[in-house]
Amino acid sequence: MNAATYIRYELKRTFRTRRFILLAFGFPVVLYFLIAGPNRGEDNLGGTGLSAPLYFMIGLVSFGAMNAMLSAGARIAGERQVGWNRQLRITPLSPRTYFRTKVLTGYVMAIGTMALMYSSGAILGVRLPAGEWAHMTWLILIGLIPFAALGILFGHLLSVDAIGPAMGGTTALLSFLGGVWFPIQHGALHVIAELLPSFWLVQASRVALGGSGWTANGWLIMGAWSVLLAAGAMAAYRRDTGKA
Amino acid sequence: MIELRGLTKSFGAVHAVRGIDVTIETGATVALLGPNGAGKSTTLDMVLGLLRPDGGDVRVFGTPPAEAVARGAVGAMLQTGQLIRDLTARELLRQFASLYPKPLDVDETIELVGIRDIAGRLTQKLSGGETQRVRFALALVSNPDLLVLDEPTVAMDVESRRGFWTTMREFATRGKTVVFATHYLDEADAYADRAVLMANGLVVADGPTTEIKAMVGRRTLRATLADVPLEELERLPGVTHAERRGEAVVLACSDSDVTLRALIARYADARDIEIGGAGLEEAFLELTR
Repeated sequence: MNAATYIRYELKRTFRTRRFILLAFGFPVVLYFLIAGPNRGEDNLGGTGLSAPLYFMIGLVSFGAMNAMLSAGARIAGERQVGWNRQLRITPLSPRTYFRTKVLTGYVMAIGTMALMYSSGAILGVRLPAGEWAHMTWLILIGLIPFAALGILFGHLLSVDAIGPAMGGTTALLSFLGGVWFPIQHGALHVIAELLPSFWLVQASRVALGGSGWTANGWLIMGAWSVLLAAGAMAAYRRDTGKA
Repeated sequence: MIELRGLTKSFGAVHAVRGIDVTIETGATVALLGPNGAGKSTTLDMVLGLLRPDGGDVRVFGTPPAEAVARGAVGAMLQTGQLIRDLTARELLRQFASLYPKPLDVDETIELVGIRDIAGRLTQKLSGGETQRVRFALALVSNPDLLVLDEPTVAMDVESRRGFWTTMREFATRGKTVVFATHYLDEADAYADRAVLMANGLVVADGPTTEIKAMVGRRTLRATLADVPLEELERLPGVTHAERRGEAVVLACSDSDVTLRALIARYADARDIEIGGAGLEEAFLELTR
């Protein structure tokens, strides 16, 4: 079997789904220009000393990447609806290649979204040192691992009807608690936020705001979520397909 | 060789398959014939490894189904299911073929199934019948040693049906083993070497299609007739099988006219005579009640 061909057509198929591409790529960009565009001259947003285009770019990079990654996994629900998972089960496609393809597709979508957000930021005058940019990008890519697993978990667990609300609610909650929209720095909410993967995803993008990336605690929490959600995704897949 | 041994499967209180033993020789074309709810799909799903049997064992060319599937030895057209969107039929076939160790050439498959005119179309733009043909092509492109078809012609019109079976025959002549489920006796008769008759989760008859046809393809005669041994009734002309239900007897007939004349001539006290229609379903129910 030839995994490269399989993956190639999977990507082709994803990019042909216009609505999906438009939403995954377009949504954060439109949001960005709507929020940051009117304030593009603001150099000291809310007294933080940061420019509005930079502040919102780093928020929406993590939000957009998370959204794209989750949506890519959630597409599995649609494939299940037409019985495609049963069809795949009677092929030699291994679960490993199946997951690899799904995760890769999610990463392609996420990286596309990130590139668009970076370009949008650049258009509004955001400039970053190469080192910060690379550090941020690298951390976000790692931080997406739990979301890749969560998307697949949703895709195998939920029906097409349920997936929309579930995804919308999850991204809204995770991005709110993660501090995409405004920083959560104190209180019980902060304690909860710090235990969520979205918090650390946003922390990754905050490298560009002079943040230091992840603490040891952050790495631990992200590692734990990755293992937990990957196990969940695997269990959902097994339950769904009856495959050992 | 495909071997089913003491196979059982229940869904809650429903005993879908209640212990069946079937052996299918390599290269044979076998019809799994039976009315809806007979357990055909459940049986095929177990052959494909989609369902785990509660009891018994399935061997596909000597190994468990999962291993046969992993080797790429099995291709199937399931009863339900559509195609994923946003690829053309040809692209989907290419993607599918890439999963198998020795696939057929995609263009050859397209010619074989006769879908050249729709191969370039996106799958979501295909009609129901066209979708069925592409699904058939997907089963063939894997170039399987065992081809499983679960009621493949249900959504097809007469013309498509004929084309479908012609292709299936052509594929079978390549030394392939084909197992298909149908509730049409005519399909089993015309396209299979052998029919395995299922009803209520059991195999009720198994043999060359000509035999099966003689057994169920005709009518049933019912009459109230006490105190006549069944063996005697089975010797009446045109009777293939006789059963007793209390006072009544049920005769499966290959020629009910001949049977009726003989019955009245020999047993003047036979009354309440009914001749039932030739529906496969009725015939099965009569045979298995």
